[in-house]
Amino acid sequence: MQIGRVVGTVVSTQKHPKLEGAKLLLVQPLTLEGDPRGVPLLTIDSVGAGVGERVVIVIEGRAAGEALRRKAAPVDAAIIGIVDSMTLEDAAVDGDAKGRT
Amino acid sequence: MQLARVIGDVVATIKDAGLHGHRLLLLQPIMPDRSPVGRVVVAVDATGAGAGEHVFFVRGKEASFPFLPAAPPVDACVVGIVDEWHVEA
Repeated sequence: MQIGRVVGTVVSTQKHPKLEGAKLLLVQPLTLEGDPRGVPLLTIDSVGAGVGERVVIVIEGRAAGEALRRKAAPVDAAIIGIVDSMTLEDAAVDGDAKGRT
Repeated sequence: MQLARVIGDVVATIKDAGLHGHRLLLLQPIMPDRSPVGRVVVAVDATGAGAGEHVFFVRGKEASFPFLPAAPPVDACVVGIVDEWHVEA
């Protein structure tokens, strides 16, 4: 699993039937320092996350499909949690703090 | 999944039997600001997308799930056509 930030929403009318009703969010994976890392991913949201929030994402197919509660759904990434805070060694990382978010 | 733009298609007469009847698309993965990122990939199509359209695609074993119970040997599949997307400023 990885930490990321929700950066956008995606609207798609014509999609695979197993994805009907799924909420699609663009998530930018982050380093522990809060810097963008790699390419933004398109994820299924199963927890009600919103733009700007820090989230935990799974990047593995079976787990992502289970987050959608559907068997054999063609998805490979899903949001499975919204981060309240992270603690890294001794330093508490505040949810809204800039810099080390 | 990842956003991409369909930049073309691939025609292959001789191919794995599991791929018969499936269209192969050339995808350029893109960033949310529409700039291209990474290598072009060949993906099988589960939506009816065509060149110039923005789509999202799934990688890995799950790319074959739209064709169950068949299991074509593919590692990338277009699973949705994107109408629009919104990114925070």
